[in-house]
Amino acid sequence: MQLILIPFAADFEVKNIHLAVLDWDHSSYSQKIVQRLGASGYFIIKEAPANTEAAQEALDHGRVDMVLEIPQRFERDLVREDEAKILLKADAVNGVKAGLAINYCGQIINQVNNEIRLDFVQFPRFNPMPMLDISTRYWYNPSFNYRHYMAPGILALLLIMVGSIMCALNIVREREIGTMEQMNVTPVKSYQFLLAKLIPFWVIGMMSLTIGLVVCYVVFGLYPLGSYLTIYLYAMVYMVAALGIGQLLASFSDTQQQVTLISFFFMMMFVLLSGLYTSIESMPAWAKYLAWANPVSHFVDVMRSVMLKGSTVTDLLPRMWNLIGFAVLFNALAVMNYRKRAS
Amino acid sequence: MSKKTIITTQNLTRTFGAFTAVDAISFEVYEGEIFGFLGANGAGKTTAMKMLSGLLSPSSGEATVVGCDVYKQAEAIKRQIGYMSQRFSLYEDLTVDENIQLFGSIYGVKKKELADKTEILLDQLEFKDQRKTLVGALPLGWKQKLSFSVAMIHEPRLVFLDEPTGGVDPITRRQFWEMIYAASAKGATIFVTTHYMDEAEYCNRVSIMVDGKIAALDTPKNLKKQFNASDMNDVFLKLASTSKIRAI
Repeated sequence: MQLILIPFAADFEVKNIHLAVLDWDHSSYSQKIVQRLGASGYFIIKEAPANTEAAQEALDHGRVDMVLEIPQRFERDLVREDEAKILLKADAVNGVKAGLAINYCGQIINQVNNEIRLDFVQFPRFNPMPMLDISTRYWYNPSFNYRHYMAPGILALLLIMVGSIMCALNIVREREIGTMEQMNVTPVKSYQFLLAKLIPFWVIGMMSLTIGLVVCYVVFGLYPLGSYLTIYLYAMVYMVAALGIGQLLASFSDTQQQVTLISFFFMMMFVLLSGLYTSIESMPAWAKYLAWANPVSHFVDVMRSVMLKGSTVTDLLPRMWNLIGFAVLFNALAVMNYRKRAS
Repeated sequence: MSKKTIITTQNLTRTFGAFTAVDAISFEVYEGEIFGFLGANGAGKTTAMKMLSGLLSPSSGEATVVGCDVYKQAEAIKRQIGYMSQRFSLYEDLTVDENIQLFGSIYGVKKKELADKTEILLDQLEFKDQRKTLVGALPLGWKQKLSFSVAMIHEPRLVFLDEPTGGVDPITRRQFWEMIYAASAKGATIFVTTHYMDEAEYCNRVSIMVDGKIAALDTPKNLKKQFNASDMNDVFLKLASTSKIRAI
């Protein structure tokens, strides 16, 4: 469910930018710019305010996200002086949106600008000014599809939720109803009890992953460029780590409410520091360390690499060592922390 | 007649913060007897029982259970005892059969032996038709009988029963005590707490705890004589009313 919904909603691409155009020039060039903006699909030309104040008011009230003001004599200046100015004002409350909107707008105006130059600079033998033309290709995700980017990451989250929260709740529930005490008075060893909790949830985790991968294929048409085997291999280890976290959380809690709150806190940390929504590379150093200590971040990276880039086990070997380390660490702590006898 | 002891405690104490739940109790339980462990609610019975069965560390004092030290050999004790808690604690979402299987295997009962035992046990309980029923769906009295049978599945030398008949009807209570006698006849030692004074009369010896201490310990007959009481109920009321924590 989550897997289907979130990738559609969690899309960083900015569309439907409401734009107000204040065109003082009413020339064919200014018309051309406005037309292009409208045709790009990113902008919705909302209103044509009468004056600057009206445009400002629309921006203040949030009716529009951006105002484009084309001054008088824009076309004339452009033709005669080879230079003309236009003004873009964006509502930067949502910084990402504003930044991208200005960016798109700038690109489109530039395009128009180039065409206009072609109009009256007749076949120059040499380009009078050397120009840098940057062409961008999005490698490994050619269409820059956010759904392809999000879905594998969401799968990683799904697994940790099954792993830690469900498992922790299950253990604490046994403590609440008293079967835990009955188990503690038997000669069962701590590790045996925890193993008995680990195995069923591990199987459930693998089934969730399978369902998730099927959904990825059916709904998003997304299948790994790498091998499914690689995904499962890493998921197997990752799931053990996730369950270790769940068992550790359970060993700190006496009631289901308690464990729900604690795991909620940790889940937030895991999600925010997983690189799922924000890239880890752009985090401050201390956050990078935290993200490194977060098993989810490693698995999100594995999932994305295998799905989109076709990475193999050897490419991702360091991640494997990390995940094994986490699996051993969390489970060892859980076993050590599990007391059959209250002190 | 010299009797072998199966439980020995010396000044066994357990405190929770400033509260002393069990206050330096010293007593012995003999092999094969039915030992009644009485006391008002909150007198410290369950705490004492948890220490003896290795569920709770004592604060101080000594205790030996089935020849093992409670501090160092708790796991060895657990292999040799049965324990039936105050709360019903079989798995309610497993069937009768599955619960027997689970606990039987945990105590290392061999597969073949367990299968035979299960048949005998279900026969005795007249549970044959309910073997595939979820335990949660059984009436309380049935659950308690099943619980006891499961606690005895590995034929322990000693079994702790914490208020096994609380809330159970008189007919089932009688059946329950028949089961206890049968187990006792096979040589098991029964350590049982109860609030029913008629049940106390069934015990070989009875101790009565008041405010974490053992206020009296003897056969029901001697206790009645000692306190000049007509029945155990009287004995209990006379002793329990000395409690400083709560007056009854």
